[in-house]
Amino acid sequence: MIVVRFFASLREDLATEMVEFDAQPLTTVGDIVNALSSRGDLWRQALSSANLLVAVNHAHAEHSTPVNDGDEVAIFPPVTGG
Amino acid sequence: MTHAIVVDEADFDPAQLLLQLHRQSPSVGAVASFIGVVRAVPDQPLEALHIEHYPGMTEAEIGRIVAIASQRWPIEAVQVYHRVGRLALGERIVWVAVSAAHRRASFAACEFIMDFLKTRATFWKKECFSNGERWVEQRQSDLDKARDWQE
Repeated sequence: MIVVRFFASLREDLATEMVEFDAQPLTTVGDIVNALSSRGDLWRQALSSANLLVAVNHAHAEHSTPVNDGDEVAIFPPVTGG
Repeated sequence: MTHAIVVDEADFDPAQLLLQLHRQSPSVGAVASFIGVVRAVPDQPLEALHIEHYPGMTEAEIGRIVAIASQRWPIEAVQVYHRVGRLALGERIVWVAVSAAHRRASFAACEFIMDFLKTRATFWKKECFSNGERWVEQRQSDLDKARDWQE
C-alpha cells in the first residue's frame, strides 16, 4: 500500500486529505500523479498546476523518484512558511 | 552542534530561548536571532493567518536545513520554533536563533536557515480577512534569496 497525502490549497481543491494505492503497477511519483489525474476533470485540473511539489517519505522528491510498497507520498503547492 | 526544532500552536518566550542559548556553553561568544511576526496587509482587513504544515516532514526538513548550516559555519547550537494554527495580527510566527563563537557565523547561519525554511519547510499560510480568505503564494524574491546561498 502507498499512501498519498495532499496539503493546503490542493487538499481543499480536491476535498481530499489522503488516498491509498496498491503499490503493484506504480513505480514512480509521476505514475501516481498520472493515476490520480485520470480520476476525473477535478483531479486532472488540480494536479496539472506546474508548480506543485512532491515528497516521498518526508523528503522533497521529483516525478522520477521511485516509490515502493509502504511509502508515503505527498503532493502540495509551493511552501509559504516563515 | 545541538539543535531544538519545535512546531507547535503555542507561543514561545524569546527571552527564555535566548538565555538557554547563551548559557549553554562557555565557548558561545555570539547569539543571533530572528522573529517573524504576523503583519498587516496594505489596504486589506487582515485579521489572522492560518498556518498548516506537514507533520513529520516539516521537522525532518528543518533538521536537514540546520545540518547543512552546521557544515557551512562553525556554530554551537540552533533553535527553530515555528507556530501553526490561527495566529492573529501581531502574533509571533517563527523563531530562529544560532549561537557560535563569533558573530559572523551566527548571523550568516541564522539568515541561511530562515531563507531555506521559507522555501523548503512544509508550511502553508492562509490569510484570513474580515471578508474572506486566501492562500499566500510563494514569492519569487524568497526563491532568489535561497538560490543566492548556492552560488
